[in-house]
Amino acid sequence: MADKLRTLQNLEALQARYIGTGHADTTKYEWTSNILRDSYSSYVGHNPLLSYMSVGMGEPKEKVRTMMLEKMVRGAGNPPETQE
Amino acid sequence: MATTSHMFMYSLTIQPPTAITQAILGQFSGTKEQQIVTASGSKLTIHRPDPSQGKVTPIFSQDVFGIIRSLAAFRLAGSNKDYIIIGSDSGRITIIEYVPSQNRFNRIHLETFGKSGVRRVVPGQYLAVDPKGRACLIASVEKNKLVYVLNRNSQAELTISSPLEAHKPQTLVFAMISLDVGYENPVFAALEVDYSEADQDPTGLAYEEIEKVLVYYELDLGLNHVVRKWSDPVDRTANMLFQVPGGADGPSGVLVCAEDSVTYRHSNQDAFRVPIPRRRGPTENPERKRTIVSGVMHKMRGAFFFLLQTDDGDMFKLNLEMVEDENGQLTGEVQRLKIKYFDTVPVASNLLILKSGFLYVASEAGNHHFYQFEKLGDDDEETEFSSDDYSADPSVPYDPIFFQPRTYENLNLMETINSLNPLIDSKITNLTEDDAPQIYSVGGTGARSTFRTLKHGLEVSEIVESELRTVPSAVWTTKLTRSDEYDAYIVLSFANGTLVLGIGEVVEEVTDTGFLSTAPTLAVQQLGEDSLIQVHPRGIRHLLAGGRVNEWPAPQHRSIVAAATNERQVAVALSSGEIVYFEMDTDGTLAEYDERRQMSGTVTCLSLGQVPEGRMRSSFLAVGCDDSTVRILSLDPDSTLENKSVQALTSAPSALSIMAMADSSSGGTTLYLHIGLYSGVYLRTVLDEVTGELSDTRTRFLGAKPVKLSQVSVKGQTAVLALSSRPWLGYSDIQTKSFMLTPLDYVGLEWGWNFSSEQCVEGMIGIQGRNLRIFSIEKLDNNMLQESIPLAYTPRRFVKHPDQPLFYVIESDNGVLSPATRQSLIQDSESRNGEAAILPPEEFGYPRGTGHWASCIQIVDPISTKSVVFTLDLEDNEAAVSVAAVPFSSQDDETFLVVGTSKDMSVSPPSSGGGFIHIYRFQEDGRELEFIHKTKVEEPPLALLGFQGRLLAGIGSTLRLYDLGMKQLLRKCQAPVVPKTIVGLQTQGSRIVVSDVRESVTFVVYKFQENVLIPFVDDSIARWTTSTAMVDYETVAGGDKFGNLWMMRCPGKVSEQADEDGSGAHLVHERGYLQGTPNRLELMVHYYTQDIPTSLHKTQLVAGGRDIVVWTGLQGTIGMFVPFASREDVDFFQSLEMQLAAQHPPLAGRDHLMYRGYYAPVKGVIDGDLCEMYFLLPNDTKMMIAAELDRSVREIERKISDMRTRVAY
Repeated sequence: MADKLRTLQNLEALQARYIGTGHADTTKYEWTSNILRDSYSSYVGHNPLLSYMSVGMGEPKEKVRTMMLEKMVRGAGNPPETQE
Repeated sequence: MATTSHMFMYSLTIQPPTAITQAILGQFSGTKEQQIVTASGSKLTIHRPDPSQGKVTPIFSQDVFGIIRSLAAFRLAGSNKDYIIIGSDSGRITIIEYVPSQNRFNRIHLETFGKSGVRRVVPGQYLAVDPKGRACLIASVEKNKLVYVLNRNSQAELTISSPLEAHKPQTLVFAMISLDVGYENPVFAALEVDYSEADQDPTGLAYEEIEKVLVYYELDLGLNHVVRKWSDPVDRTANMLFQVPGGADGPSGVLVCAEDSVTYRHSNQDAFRVPIPRRRGPTENPERKRTIVSGVMHKMRGAFFFLLQTDDGDMFKLNLEMVEDENGQLTGEVQRLKIKYFDTVPVASNLLILKSGFLYVASEAGNHHFYQFEKLGDDDEETEFSSDDYSADPSVPYDPIFFQPRTYENLNLMETINSLNPLIDSKITNLTEDDAPQIYSVGGTGARSTFRTLKHGLEVSEIVESELRTVPSAVWTTKLTRSDEYDAYIVLSFANGTLVLGIGEVVEEVTDTGFLSTAPTLAVQQLGEDSLIQVHPRGIRHLLAGGRVNEWPAPQHRSIVAAATNERQVAVALSSGEIVYFEMDTDGTLAEYDERRQMSGTVTCLSLGQVPEGRMRSSFLAVGCDDSTVRILSLDPDSTLENKSVQALTSAPSALSIMAMADSSSGGTTLYLHIGLYSGVYLRTVLDEVTGELSDTRTRFLGAKPVKLSQVSVKGQTAVLALSSRPWLGYSDIQTKSFMLTPLDYVGLEWGWNFSSEQCVEGMIGIQGRNLRIFSIEKLDNNMLQESIPLAYTPRRFVKHPDQPLFYVIESDNGVLSPATRQSLIQDSESRNGEAAILPPEEFGYPRGTGHWASCIQIVDPISTKSVVFTLDLEDNEAAVSVAAVPFSSQDDETFLVVGTSKDMSVSPPSSGGGFIHIYRFQEDGRELEFIHKTKVEEPPLALLGFQGRLLAGIGSTLRLYDLGMKQLLRKCQAPVVPKTIVGLQTQGSRIVVSDVRESVTFVVYKFQENVLIPFVDDSIARWTTSTAMVDYETVAGGDKFGNLWMMRCPGKVSEQADEDGSGAHLVHERGYLQGTPNRLELMVHYYTQDIPTSLHKTQLVAGGRDIVVWTGLQGTIGMFVPFASREDVDFFQSLEMQLAAQHPPLAGRDHLMYRGYYAPVKGVIDGDLCEMYFLLPNDTKMMIAAELDRSVREIERKISDMRTRVAY
């Protein structure tokens, strides 16, 4: 029992520390939102990638960066209705 | 087979990335002088701006083998030296300093705080430092913020605390800066959005109501913790923050830049807002809102101002006005903001204002600019807009404000620094009939796009070119006395005489010099204190001060054939093969050594080194004989003219030169013997200063003519000018001190010599035919010459004409009005308002409009006219996406230009109103295009390729074969070959390599008999391919959007089966494996470069070099993969790599192997850039590594530099 508890606590610590650490009840919405946000933050963080997109879009990098961060706010859209 | 890869590549950078992702300013040397530190890719470079010349020169550059995400400079109170903090992908915070005495970066602190890599919650994206240098905050895009307290200990060393956390989950940070609060507790400001509620609300209402807030984080230095002190909603579209000076200098607080407005905010002040002015003009959309994309705050003598730049590149000057009290004194209260147009410069990733009155613009695309401030726009006619007229509430609407852009009024462009970024495509071919090919590239964005020719060479600035009556054979310059600073005479030798020119205000002939004018000259030298000597075939003429002349005649029936001199010694070789040696006496006369040395053959050349500082003589004489040997003779008094060593050569030596040059192996200077051969080969050997032994010979072929050598001085260092069919300069690299041999971008010279005068201190003089030329070399830090030709829009691809030296560039710009639309708008406005001024688009960009495309095809002639010779604009909102020159066998193999276009394309999300394939016929030898017809296709054709006399097009996921018809293209055969979208095609034989936008490459075979396309092998990993090149029939090299380079090989058996005769039925009926083709490619090589590869070529870069893979990256990188020939070399470099990674870990704390294996483990590649770090190491570390590897330092350095010079520059 104690072992199980410790595993649970470890998992919770991980989940608090690293967002996106999954659990048994991760929903599709949580998972996709997470992937999307990870991707956008990666685009913002890797300069060549941001530059690549900015050349494609014909917009300055700063505008593309803001656009990506705004998309992170949105994530995968509205969450699904929860059934009570 | 070995467990490791059986293919090994040596990866090297030919040119590092030129895109500047971040630039900071500071006094990094600890002096008053300000320097600029820039990050480009993984390179950290420190530059010195020179205010007197208005130039920026790089001083030192180091590869940190990590991704530099953020940089900040800070200074501890009371100190005058700035430190640098690096936020990188290492999961560590790094503090470094620049050590000017060693010209190196030195790491002071390295603190680990998280996982490595660029991740959402690992800090590194934002970095803010308290202006008083007391603390810094490093934050991630989401949630995590860490505050480090910076201090100094009793030894005045910098200390760093353990981190204090200021995390807030589910909160995104848009911008982060530190506040200027004087000496109160440090405060950091962030623009944040909390998305936790939006993630819980299925109705979407919470998302609609999300607010962006400005948050202050205060570090309580007393309690040593961080509190969220204040937060207040700001404009939802806010994207940037700027620090407003505080303490004694200003009101403190921040500027919040949002779409269309700038607001001043502070916790204890009212908010003030001004709109961002929009451009006025007939082609401008008055509804388009501008965003601030970069800016800079500048403080000077109690005043301060901001320069803010919009997405058009327009800079606005923003001032804060304070409330005055009744005595006319300024209070700390803000009264209004004022904004007005300043000037327009290229869109910058960073703007820096130097105290010396310069503006450094690190451009986002294209060349970087360095401007001088003429004035600060204080009293001009620009309308100033004040915040008095606008409500500070973002929800209150207002009328937009306008301004008229104009050319520079406040700034003066001093220097443009070449930058290839973004480098979109390249071709490597030899069009100029030089011995080495050139690199042709297209890059840049919008109207600042360029077509560039790159070639290996040093830039030469010519000072004088004058034609003489007859052809001179040689030229010297000489001083008159030892103490003279500059040369006084130019001595020209002709076939039957000698001419002396005096250097003064004008260069003119002087006659009373004492030089023998009726014979040719072999050598001229300033000897001893104040005498000169002239060596001519009949003897040596010693011109003493006061006009006296001593003549030493050559023995009867013999003449002098070669001579070598320095300021105390003279050696001449007679036609009989005897060597006569003279030394200067104490009384200044030349004394002949009593014995003559008989050489085995005819002497072709001689060389004496310079007399070393504090010595009486140079102790060696090098003698080159026509029996293809070079002998080193001793000149020491007890062993005069005795043999020291011999070097056998492949051909007779034509020139010799002993000189001391900077050396990387010993750290000081070393004596070198440079040897030029009649065969055009140049050798450089190390001459041991004690024993006279020759060692470490390096060879290079220079050209078809016999090599001539002379010692010159360039940028304060001794260099060797080697002349063959073209001139070359041998010098020590400024940073690594390793020997470089680079051709000069100049005419072929027959003779060269050092030249120094008041106007040109470090020049050279040379002869080319009948012309006398004086020139100098200004820069040694860049050995790639660039020539650029401006293009109209962002280039996307280009092809070369099959026979002519012409390139066809397709260009397109998103969100830009097409020329036709522009024209009609201008005509509209002119009919109403009369003539309107059109701004040059190179500086101001094109008028923009959402959903519009401007696109054209341009023909560039980089050789004869060096310009665009023809432009064809595309209509109907079509944008060119692909181009190919295709010979059609149905048209007697006539080659046509095929251009794929897309109509009404949208980039994100990707969509289009279908595509077209245009066919053009070449006219006027390819200098014009004639439109034949166009064929509609369902999706944009992103890849085109000529294939067996027909056209292959990648249309979406379909590969289609077309033939040319009268009215349109005729579909011959098609197959869906890849899962998503075809973006590239390569071919050899009947094999086609198809690259997919995100599913790597697929090999397809075309069966001519059955007319079918059959995919037979694909990849097991999804690679987001950008560019590929076939290395051989089975192997393909490629790059992806994440910055990886890889090579894949088709298994031999599969390859054979695919080409078996017959119908290919066995291929069609073979069962697919895991929803793909039946077979999988093998990964041979994998390597992370950071930059996105945009083109790959299998080619040679130097004459006689091996085939290598050259790649170009988006940020301007040019790199190469050199295949290893032997397993021993691989083992050696592998252990060297390991030693270097262990002894000299990367600066920013990233593990080297982890970095190169960012997405997938490195396979089959040795990192040459790491190996070349060996040159930069201190001597003891070099020796330690050399001992570990059981080799000498010189041997290791030679191996490293050979890897580069054998195949490239």
